[in-house]
Amino acid sequence: MLHFLGLLFDGLAYGTLLFLISVGLSVTLGLMGFINLAHGVFAMIGGYLLVLLMGRFGIGFIAALPIIFVLVALVSLVLERTLYRPLYKSTHLDQVLLTVGIIFVAVAGATYFWGPGQQPINIPGWMAGQLPVGGLDLSRYRLFLMALGAVITLGLVFGLERTRFGAKVRASVERPRTAESMGIPVERVFQITFALGSGLAGLGGALGVEVLGLDPNFPLKYLVYFLLIVVVGGPGSIIGTLSAALLLGVADTAGKYYIPETGAFLIYVMMIVLLLIFPHGLMGRRKDI
Amino acid sequence: MKTRENPGTDPKPHYLLALAARERWSRYEIAFWLALVAVYFLLPDSLMLAAQILITGLFAVSLDLILGYAGIVTLGHAVFFGLGAYTAGLLTTVGYTEPVFGLLAAGAVAGIFGYLTSFLVLRGRDLSRLMITLGIGLLLHEAANQATDLTGGVDGLQGMVAGKVLGLFNFDLYGKTAYLYVLVVCFLIFAVVRALMTAPYGLSLRSIRENQQRAVAIGIPIRARLTNIYTFAAVIAGISGALLTQTTQFVALDVFSFQRSADLLIILLVGGTATLYGGFVGAAVFLLAQNWLSTLNAQYWLFWLGILLIVTTRYMRGGVLGGLKSLLHRLSRRRQGAQA
Repeated sequence: MLHFLGLLFDGLAYGTLLFLISVGLSVTLGLMGFINLAHGVFAMIGGYLLVLLMGRFGIGFIAALPIIFVLVALVSLVLERTLYRPLYKSTHLDQVLLTVGIIFVAVAGATYFWGPGQQPINIPGWMAGQLPVGGLDLSRYRLFLMALGAVITLGLVFGLERTRFGAKVRASVERPRTAESMGIPVERVFQITFALGSGLAGLGGALGVEVLGLDPNFPLKYLVYFLLIVVVGGPGSIIGTLSAALLLGVADTAGKYYIPETGAFLIYVMMIVLLLIFPHGLMGRRKDI
Repeated sequence: MKTRENPGTDPKPHYLLALAARERWSRYEIAFWLALVAVYFLLPDSLMLAAQILITGLFAVSLDLILGYAGIVTLGHAVFFGLGAYTAGLLTTVGYTEPVFGLLAAGAVAGIFGYLTSFLVLRGRDLSRLMITLGIGLLLHEAANQATDLTGGVDGLQGMVAGKVLGLFNFDLYGKTAYLYVLVVCFLIFAVVRALMTAPYGLSLRSIRENQQRAVAIGIPIRARLTNIYTFAAVIAGISGALLTQTTQFVALDVFSFQRSADLLIILLVGGTATLYGGFVGAAVFLLAQNWLSTLNAQYWLFWLGILLIVTTRYMRGGVLGGLKSLLHRLSRRRQGAQA
């Protein structure tokens, strides 16, 4: 039982990371119906920025996080303006090809600058090691992850449900054309949410270096995870995305522990089965994407 | 066109004549295939590369059927290629070494798998199609990776034997037999594909791609057509996989890789979708460029590939053939303008 709780804890921490990275993608898909396969690239940029900031510039781990959020958000704004925007009205095939192209360039670029290997980082001493809680040894870093994840989720839900901007976002997701005719600048709303979502992905990527690892193939390796979470959670839904991410995190951790010989098999089977059972996501929102 | 000028002389209505004109082989097409025969005599040193280009081209044509003509977005077309490649390879390890039989078996295996998975793929819209094809592709890649007893895992399939084509022609070191064998198979399959796509069947696929509601309204059985073409494309992809195995005498895990599916999309995009010949043109451009650029550095290749993708989606709609077509169109217009 204790052992199972330990697994559950690891799975939830892992799920929190996946949530942080995928929530931006969920918004992109829900708001614009834009199939952005390159979302993992923002997470990878976040990871490499952390390596760079800590290694080259000697900035502390905690201090680096907000810098990464802002930088990745800025990078995504530039990409949105130059590459993404012209293809909003385009076919899904064009969007797929464009974003696969971005992945290739990012993978090649990361290999060029950092080499193909894993990047190690040193997390601060007070976060390393275990914290004994009622017989369980919980990793301090994962506790920190979950706490941060909880704070960010609360912030997102509050922002979306209680602020004026959140209302605009919800309206734009629900009925883009009606929202536009009511005077909501849907493109501008989208641009800001895109930047925020990408910033969060960058933050998630930075936090994930310790847990998920970081190498140039990151955007391709986790592509299936992000897509699965978003589609199962239902595009545009924060709580849906969170539950899908936690579910996937726990299932993947448990699968890797109890039946390690299946490798990545389990996740792919899960993806196909879940898609067949819930073609419109767990929350059952119908959207033609 | 002629009927409109003098409608009295020809009893056939103009739309039947238009269909007949679609079916006629133009001189450019005949020149294309003659050029491929000429390659055998003119470039005896690069026949292996030429055979690779033809195989990749055939594979791209199979993707064109479902993507270009029927409009089904897929990220896992390499599944069928890989199934065909392993079927052909495994058959030779158990004694069935005759290549043509291997091709048929590979096509059958890929076709059956295509038929079965078509129900999963065709259920959803673009995004879920994309993910299910991606998922099935990754699943089979992982399966081939794990089943080391059967596939040899990362080391590739061991113990392959090369038989004589139809019991008559041996594969030689310079790829002479291989090239002619590939060329004949490609031409035969292409002739069938061409006949299908120029027939009303091909037009019905296009109308499904353009507007599903209207296609239903004029009585096209959408689901049956899509299942049908998906299976057919799988058969061709399986055969092209088998061709690769037989001509290179080797199968490795990368036949199933995501990279192969993505590369294929690029090839088709560069060549031009729904043009019949786009696959071959794209394959030639792609493989020649890869041959030239990857000698520099594999990472540079990936980088330029990404740039190429971004640029083509932004600025080069219709690929090389599409570009040529609009250029020809513009030229002939200018000539007409000069005459008038």
